[in-house]
Amino acid sequence: MNSKVSNQIAIATLYVIASTIVVILAALLGYIIISGLPALSWHFLTSPAKAFTAGGGIGIQLFNSFYLLILTMIISFPIALGAGIYLNEYAKQNWLTSLVRTAIEILSSLPSVVVGLFGFLVFVVQFGFGFSILSGAFALTFFNLPLLTRSIEEALAAVPDEQREGGLALGLSKWETVLHIIVPAALPTILTGVILSAGRIFGEAAALIFTAGQSAPALNFTDWNPFNISSPLNPMRPAETLAVHIWKINSEGIMPDAKAISSGASAVLVISVLGFNLLARFVGHRLFKRLTAG
Amino acid sequence: MNNKLQKQLLKRSKAAKLERLGKTVSFLALMLITVTVFAIIIFVASKGLATFFSNHVNIIDFLTGKDWNPNVTNAKGQPEVGALPMISGSFVVTILSALLATPFAIGTAIFMNEISPHRGAKLLQPVIELLVGIPSVVYGFIGLTVVVPAIRNIFGGSGFGILAGTFVLFVMILPTVTSMSVDALRSVPRYYREAALALGATQWQTIYKVVLRAATPGMLTAVVFGMARAFGEALAVQMVIGNAALLPTNLVSPASTLTSVLTTGIGNTVMGSLQNNALWSLALVLLMMSLIFNLVIRMIGRKGAMSK
Repeated sequence: MNSKVSNQIAIATLYVIASTIVVILAALLGYIIISGLPALSWHFLTSPAKAFTAGGGIGIQLFNSFYLLILTMIISFPIALGAGIYLNEYAKQNWLTSLVRTAIEILSSLPSVVVGLFGFLVFVVQFGFGFSILSGAFALTFFNLPLLTRSIEEALAAVPDEQREGGLALGLSKWETVLHIIVPAALPTILTGVILSAGRIFGEAAALIFTAGQSAPALNFTDWNPFNISSPLNPMRPAETLAVHIWKINSEGIMPDAKAISSGASAVLVISVLGFNLLARFVGHRLFKRLTAG
Repeated sequence: MNNKLQKQLLKRSKAAKLERLGKTVSFLALMLITVTVFAIIIFVASKGLATFFSNHVNIIDFLTGKDWNPNVTNAKGQPEVGALPMISGSFVVTILSALLATPFAIGTAIFMNEISPHRGAKLLQPVIELLVGIPSVVYGFIGLTVVVPAIRNIFGGSGFGILAGTFVLFVMILPTVTSMSVDALRSVPRYYREAALALGATQWQTIYKVVLRAATPGMLTAVVFGMARAFGEALAVQMVIGNAALLPTNLVSPASTLTSVLTTGIGNTVMGSLQNNALWSLALVLLMMSLIFNLVIRMIGRKGAMSK
């Protein structure tokens, strides 16, 4: 076989492989959306779940997912920002820095179920938070920190050194330069990273089943005092999220319409993740235009 | 007057104080992450090792025993905590899904970067990015409603098992391995390709003999990374593998992995009991494997860097 023929064969094979992938992925997305859309309705998105009968919704789970996401971001963003700033602006090339980098790498590759078990041991049992939103938010913080830190660090590293020199030449201290010049310049990229990690948090379940719990007690949506037990804002109540709900009803659900509910909930999850991705692109693009001359 | 001036000059300025504060706070944030990692390792290890030290289970028996039934004690008066079924289950699904995903991932990566870098990559890039983001429970649910019934129809049996787990993991790790392979190919300098083509090599010869060779360390990293993800994936696998703590004998009978036993078991056992400690030992095995995958990735990186 001469090399021209084998070239043709190889390239044809690559076309076949690539189109197989596209077909698999399109089928997957199509299946999720098409089987999920009939289940979606305003009632489904807002009403509470039912344990034994058909017709339950995902209202509370959906709220829990967003609340947990926001709480996790409030806890993890300042930590990740601080760590990212230190790593990119202050850290020297020494053993401590390489130890820290190794630790972050290890944390990012830990199975999320191990992170969840650690959260269970520390927050649920030792600190006595019980199965609660707060325990879940801490567990998700550990899950989120390494990737968020890395993306913030990369965003800061992409800011040209001239900006730093400019700040220092104007007599600003290093910290002031970072805070007032570098971070604003990196803001579009940082925000993109934050939104993308929000998508990851939104769909995470393994780290939550032993920390935020697997039950969703009824909530009183007229009571916004965080200290009342039935208030949606109470961080100490157990909170099953949407992703956990899908897992739960598929492994031990006994309602007759479990499949329809999980199809609908899966579609909601995937559409949300899609939304996060689009938002990340849009925000990054828009902010970049706004903040720079480009 | 002099005293006053001296004081003023020797006092830290507001900016210097702020500088110190900012540096300290950001350093503390970084340390918090580092300390957490060590805390996770220490906590899981101390719980996991309790099986061997306070319950006196032999570690060799634990790793090689074939019977997992922590409530029952065997003839020797030892509890039946053989983790081999779960350990082998985890390894089998990981290796099979990696074997299945690697050719597809690398093929797609080559297609995106070498064959059709404009139109093909533009189509595939967003699809792959989106697939990385699909939550694992959704994959599990699809496995449960599509893959498991399909296997049941073709091979008989319940449909739950290693094969179903492999398919689900294959689709799950595919986007990760693909996008990392694309990065590896992209870092091969352009003049490698130009030199090969100038010597009269066909496109495929260039890809196979030059580009792929140069990108091997990066590709290996991508595959190992995918394997680490597959090994640690919990819920999607748990939903389709059948959760029977038996040594896998074929691909279509129910089996279990470390993660699947952990997710189903930890809520049903009492803290501090042997049953619970044995589960923590499984978590420790999982943790150790994750560290080993990390080490392998580092070693590949170092080797790849040396050959340049």
